[in-house]
Amino acid sequence: MSTFNNTDLAAFKDVWVFCEQRQGVMMPTSYELISEGRKLADELGVELCGLLLGDNVEGLAKELGGYGADKVILCESPLLKEYTTDGYTKVICDVIEEYKPEIMLIGATNIGRDLGPRCAARLHTGLCADCTHLDVDMDIYRDFLRSASTLPEEKIAGLNSAMVLGQKHDVSRDLKMTRPAFGGHLMASIICPRFRPAMATVRPGVMKKAPFDQAKADACQIVKPNFSLTEADMSTQVVEVVKAAKKLVDLIGADVVVSVGRGISKDVQGGIKLAEELAEVLGGVVGGSRATIDSGWLSADHQVGQTGKTVHPKIYVALGISGAIQHKAGMQDSECIIAVNKNETAPIFEIADYGICGDLFKVTPMLIDAIKAAKAAK
Amino acid sequence: MKIIVCVKQVPDTSGKVAVNPDGTLNRASMAAITNPDDLNAVEAALALKEQTGAEVVVVSMGPPPAEGMLREIIARGADRAVLVSGREFGGSDTYATSQILASAISKIGVESEDIVMCGRQAIDGDTAQVGPQIAEKLGLPQVSYAAEIKKDGDTLTIKRMLEDGYMTIKVKTPCLITCIKELNTPRYMSVDGIFECYSKPYEVFDYNTLKDDPLIDPTTIGLKGSPTNILTSFTPPQKGAGMMLEGADKETCEKLAGILAAKHII
Repeated sequence: MSTFNNTDLAAFKDVWVFCEQRQGVMMPTSYELISEGRKLADELGVELCGLLLGDNVEGLAKELGGYGADKVILCESPLLKEYTTDGYTKVICDVIEEYKPEIMLIGATNIGRDLGPRCAARLHTGLCADCTHLDVDMDIYRDFLRSASTLPEEKIAGLNSAMVLGQKHDVSRDLKMTRPAFGGHLMASIICPRFRPAMATVRPGVMKKAPFDQAKADACQIVKPNFSLTEADMSTQVVEVVKAAKKLVDLIGADVVVSVGRGISKDVQGGIKLAEELAEVLGGVVGGSRATIDSGWLSADHQVGQTGKTVHPKIYVALGISGAIQHKAGMQDSECIIAVNKNETAPIFEIADYGICGDLFKVTPMLIDAIKAAKAAK
Repeated sequence: MKIIVCVKQVPDTSGKVAVNPDGTLNRASMAAITNPDDLNAVEAALALKEQTGAEVVVVSMGPPPAEGMLREIIARGADRAVLVSGREFGGSDTYATSQILASAISKIGVESEDIVMCGRQAIDGDTAQVGPQIAEKLGLPQVSYAAEIKKDGDTLTIKRMLEDGYMTIKVKTPCLITCIKELNTPRYMSVDGIFECYSKPYEVFDYNTLKDDPLIDPTTIGLKGSPTNILTSFTPPQKGAGMMLEGADKETCEKLAGILAAKHII
């Protein structure tokens, strides 16, 4: 194996995406990250490579090409069938040390958030968690800041270096990793200027999946590196993997999300039923604020917000949700926000496209009827 | 047997949060609380203490006022506390923080039957990185997102949550576990605990305490030892308020449905 010096920045190139699969099924976020990785690779003028681990998963590899991967590094072993921290970390760190990618992206799933930090600690490099925006090109990054921040123009225009260990460091080729902090109150752009690869875990549902291109899928090259992994490398044992019995809500993929908040407290079941009816009429699913999950009214897979899921549906209806910043962080990019709340000063009205100040238990049934009628009249 | 629990004092981000004009957080305006997931880790440790008689040691990195939080955790039932505190540690990112905490944990000592516990993530950064990175630095196996822990001799059977279900994982001690709120309901401080919490052992580890550990080096801790740097921080713009509809009756709802239909939103 070649020598690995993580501070020899020039030795590193290409953008890599860890493509997570579970039980032979690709996680949707892998396609989102491949699509995003394509943009970054083009900005850097390098190749995009998917990294796929598992047992008998070669059939999943080519499809990654259809979303933009130039090649896929495939590591297969019966010991990689189920995710284990030790097995995946060893194989990934070994291939990174051999091939030296400049950037490594990982989906911020419960598995990605276990794997990413362990790999970054072993490789002695920087990892930015739960990113919601990634850039390399400075002009594109500055445009992003113009639309997504309240920074003054002179500050944005003058942004091209950072002080790193007392020295001015040009950031034009660094990955700018932007993420929310303090429950969404602040955003920060993080760089990893001295070590490679620069690593990021990325929030599922945030990056947009590119259209699938069969010709690119056919052209995708598959590389099978040599790696070693034995049972002695693994200190945990997966006894079983259990899928949730009940079908989980697909908040991230939904076009319409109808969410409920503390406002349903006087009749929890009735409030949820109304939300379900409205969601059905609009063709969507039901979500909830942190209060509804913490109170046990809805299961955790329904949670929208900084500590839940980030959604950007075509229509987001907030019923009895005050609009705490931690909730807004998960839904403010929805295309059309409709809010119903008794309190006319509720912060949700500050971001709603349409607001109705009233009792959700009275307004929602009327809204369901009105939408049914409007749809029927079309 | 010993259970070492890592905890962090964080600003309470669930309430009103003030941001300074320069885009940094006005911490003085916010209450300091014990990170919620860390209390689940403390509770898990105390439950195992009841089962096995283990000693529970709580460790935190932070400024001197974090002593109050550590005393409260002693009052909940922990046996002793260590505060890792020093100017040299300031400005650490998750990598450098794990390096320092791993060194402090080695100093406390991890024997073959011991367990290190952390909360899944802290509400100020939401990174969930420090637990796994401590495990890597100590060479311990890790199990994150623990929702159930059963101990039988030196083997732990852990229910590890996934978004679409869970895994059951077996691991032997010593190991590191990160805990989620589904694991348990944290207990309150007991009256006896409050009386005793200032008489239980409390130590401060500073740079000099840890400096002989190979993990502690000026290039691996603090700002200089952090692989990541903040390029810029900012507040997101408020999306402009839209249209407040008049009234809240049938007519209002019909008007809204009409607008949505006209704009082809429905």
